[in-house]
Amino acid sequence: MSSLIDFPILALLAITAVTIARMRDLWAAIMFTGIYSFLSASWMLILDAPDVAFTEAAVGAGIATVLMLSTLALTGKKDRQLAHAPIMPFFLVLITGCVLVYGTLDMPHFGDPNAPIQLHPNPSFVEKSQHDMHGLPNVVTAVLASYRGYDTLGETTVVLTAGIAVMIILRKEKDDGDQEASTETIS
Amino acid sequence: MISIDMFAVTSIAILVTMTLALVRAMFGPTVFDRVLALNTFGTKTVLLICVVDFMTGRDDFLDLALLYSLMNFIGMVALLRFAEYGSFSDEGVSP
Repeated sequence: MSSLIDFPILALLAITAVTIARMRDLWAAIMFTGIYSFLSASWMLILDAPDVAFTEAAVGAGIATVLMLSTLALTGKKDRQLAHAPIMPFFLVLITGCVLVYGTLDMPHFGDPNAPIQLHPNPSFVEKSQHDMHGLPNVVTAVLASYRGYDTLGETTVVLTAGIAVMIILRKEKDDGDQEASTETIS
Repeated sequence: MISIDMFAVTSIAILVTMTLALVRAMFGPTVFDRVLALNTFGTKTVLLICVVDFMTGRDDFLDLALLYSLMNFIGMVALLRFAEYGSFSDEGVSP
């Protein structure tokens, strides 16, 4: 049943990628990267990775689109026509793709019960976390906020810094109407 | 069993609509054809997520669908502001 959704989404992803590569109108290409982010995020969701899909949707479809559009405001809207077909970069990308596919051959299959991810987080987390955390019922919260507390703090700091940087980049120079413009484009 | 089949039919219909929107975004002659196609595409993504969630029986991804629609709206606002002004502000640098 899942392959019914998987294959069309993967086909749409490939079509979108080829369209982005062939497109000379940069404004439309940015639009297509938004479509690509949405598609890959929904594919990750179907593969049962909602946290990655969350990040992909927020960063790929949200912030990256705004950043690329503001870059486009400073440069031109059109890409120049190439005089010749770029064969060399194509082969480079092809070889890199083949190497990446070769690298995935060592990985366990999707849903393999013997994969390290199914075996490693041993049951002691579930058994001990309630005692360790003085009765906190949610294991995920215990792992995120306490066992990996410093990691989560660092991630939150990085995200906050990125948000502040985007706000600094996108703010208007003049003071009037500063507030609502920056919040509209960022939030 | 019949309900699962109906979910599958619905998701296939949504995927066909997504493909049509993608085709319109590719060939759309004007900016606004493309913007409409992108907006339709985002909405269909949200619908597809909802249908797939109910099909697999875990409806805890619905808040993700909500986030997707928010992101779709924000991206649309950014794209339209850019199409209107050539930048994010009225007196910004024009390309």
